[in-house]
Amino acid sequence: MKNRHKRIALIAGGVAALGVATVLVLNAFQSNLVFFFTPTQVSAGEAPKEHTFRIGGMVQTGSVQRQNDGLTVSFIVTDTVKTIPVTYTGILPDLFREGKGVVAQGRLEPSGHFRAQEVLAKHDENYMPPEAQHALDQATKNTSSTRP
Amino acid sequence: MIPEIGHFSLILTLFVALAQGGFALAGAANGNLRWMAFARPAACIQFLLIIISFVSLAWAFIAKDFSVAYVAQNSNSQLPLFYRIAAVWGGHEGSLLLWMLMQTGWACAVSVFSRQLPDEMVARILGVLGLVAAGFLLFVLLTSNPFERLVPPPMEGLDLNPLLQDVGLIFHPPLLYMGYVGFSVVFAFAVAALLTGQLDAAWARWSRPWATAAWLFLTLGIALGSWWAYYELGWGGWWFWDPVENSSFIPWLVGTALIHSLAVTEKRGSFKSWTVLLAISTFSLSLLGAFLVRSGVLTSVHAFATDPRRGVFILLLFTVVVGTSLFLFALRAPKVGLGGRFDLLSRESLLLVNNVLLAVAAGSIILGTLYPLFIDALGLGKLSVGPPYFNAVFVPLMVPALLLMAVGPVANWKSAKMRAMLKRLYIPAAVALVIGVATPIALGRWSWPVALGLALATWIATAVVLGVLERVRATRGGLFAQPRSWLGMHVAHLGIAVFVAGVTLVVGYETEQDVRMAPGDIVTAGGYDLKFLGVRKAPGPNYIADVGDIEMSLDGEVLRLLHPEKRSYASSPMPMTEAAIDANGLRHIYVALGEQLGERAWSIRVYYKPFVDWIWGGCILMALGGLLAISDRRYRLKRRERRVSVQLQGGAS
Repeated sequence: MKNRHKRIALIAGGVAALGVATVLVLNAFQSNLVFFFTPTQVSAGEAPKEHTFRIGGMVQTGSVQRQNDGLTVSFIVTDTVKTIPVTYTGILPDLFREGKGVVAQGRLEPSGHFRAQEVLAKHDENYMPPEAQHALDQATKNTSSTRP
Repeated sequence: MIPEIGHFSLILTLFVALAQGGFALAGAANGNLRWMAFARPAACIQFLLIIISFVSLAWAFIAKDFSVAYVAQNSNSQLPLFYRIAAVWGGHEGSLLLWMLMQTGWACAVSVFSRQLPDEMVARILGVLGLVAAGFLLFVLLTSNPFERLVPPPMEGLDLNPLLQDVGLIFHPPLLYMGYVGFSVVFAFAVAALLTGQLDAAWARWSRPWATAAWLFLTLGIALGSWWAYYELGWGGWWFWDPVENSSFIPWLVGTALIHSLAVTEKRGSFKSWTVLLAISTFSLSLLGAFLVRSGVLTSVHAFATDPRRGVFILLLFTVVVGTSLFLFALRAPKVGLGGRFDLLSRESLLLVNNVLLAVAAGSIILGTLYPLFIDALGLGKLSVGPPYFNAVFVPLMVPALLLMAVGPVANWKSAKMRAMLKRLYIPAAVALVIGVATPIALGRWSWPVALGLALATWIATAVVLGVLERVRATRGGLFAQPRSWLGMHVAHLGIAVFVAGVTLVVGYETEQDVRMAPGDIVTAGGYDLKFLGVRKAPGPNYIADVGDIEMSLDGEVLRLLHPEKRSYASSPMPMTEAAIDANGLRHIYVALGEQLGERAWSIRVYYKPFVDWIWGGCILMALGGLLAISDRRYRLKRRERRVSVQLQGGAS
């Protein structure tokens, strides 16, 4: 009898631990999944207003402007069809360049401005962030399919 | 010519590995001693052959033989010799060759250091290792041959990724691979034991030093990677919950569970099935990590190429390894038996909790790492799981594990008495409470996480110190007369305490500022004044650098100049940030150059990182603990006895 109790206690403990972990995971999952949207999707109003999300595309050539404090930068992210103005305060990653792929994480302001909290750095100049590539692919696919 | 020798010996290795796997396993199954005897020399022959391959590739780098495609991609005539050698494993193909060097090295080590094991067991272990090696060799030869030639040969190479031109690169991959591959030895032990059905305390004792060795290399590899990211990426973060980091951390967590579970199996004969399952999982997860990192599914500094064949091949290898070993496990596990019984409060039950927590933590990290990949593969959209998820799940799971870390070592095997344990724990509890509450108040800013983190670190550290003192006093033998594995455990636990203290203080009290500075400007970080003097150009061997001069002073007294750099490599348009760090063991002042903002002004990152060194110091202590544990006499006793008996037999005949 005693052994059975022991086993039950151990199993109950294990199940409780798993339960707590599941609650933690689901909770954290709910609030920390960051979805990705292309500029086209954002202009179509598909992106959440009250939530952090990611956008990706190319930094439009000639669009990078610095504000007077020297640390706030604004630029335009494009998927060749639609564009989003983005501002970011801080030091940009080494590979941030006009005409290159970029992924930014932040919130959309009511004005339609994207305020980035993070601009993602990548490690290779030839490398296109997969999300940025995806945004460009989506955009070209849509335009070519609407053309005929 | 020399690259062809390397290629040829790589092909030879494949045949030796296949023969070793076939003969050894068949021999063990039929009791054919001659076939079994083939395994030991074959393992070391493989190692020698891979050394020949490896040296051939290194020679191609040293001799700047750009007709070898891999050399042309990862080297350059201006690259210093030091980095040309490190570049051998700077890319995908070479790093696999390094993997094979480790793999065959471990197998050779098993064949040398397993004299005390029964021949049949050794044959099975080496047989399994031979087959694993053959799998990887096929992978190298079919999809990632480092010796492929370019026709016509280019005049100049492309250069090593500048990010990898650093001392960190030279040691990070070898250590990490030693860990990953080391777990293949434990895996082979487990499979061999499943084949014979002989899962007993002796098996656990044989496995333990190998598991600990693999674990200590993995610990060092991860720590070095973290340190490297900290100063080389120029962001001053030491852990990003990046999928690539996670894929090395998951096997670490499961491996940590494994070394604790092995302890129970050795001492008490319990948890056998679980231990075997962990041994299989640890190696499988190492393979999964390799798949994630190498297949290009994850894009990062580590993903060298995105050849889909490679990903498919590793996935196939992974499936075969996991599939066969789990099938074998399912066949044999019911016969394994339960082992010693234990009470609800005992060291066994506490270690069980430790294992459950570590396994659940590993599971939640696997979920967070793989979920975005699955969603993407199913075409349900693109998303990412950020660091907040991992922190929110991992930290609450580790708090009870840290609490129990001081309790486990004072609990008796089989049945522990609450009263006796409390008697040994009330002092650590009191000290932890005082330090945990007093430190944040003394530092002027109360915060619950800091109080909790410091209390846990002190709790563990005090329990370790008291435990050691008590035992030394009780045995009157002095510190070094104690069993090494026991000392090793305490040193490793102390390492965790140091690590936790470091993490807590960095997270709680670091300051990070991005500022615009013109010559003469001053910023304050951690009480130090940093005065920007300017930026000048300076040439390096294969790059030109912008070097900043920043004067660091305390209360008006100038201490030193810091020189953060921004390098432009000749071979690549990508600039590299080299941070300047002033360290004294208690804090870092971290300065990195951002961009040039005007005529003479720059954007500059100025970080103050208190106790950040303790993070890596703690890891070194953990590894040191592992080293002590391996050196325990217990693992070698059997061999001496056996040698004596062999000599006696020899003398009698």
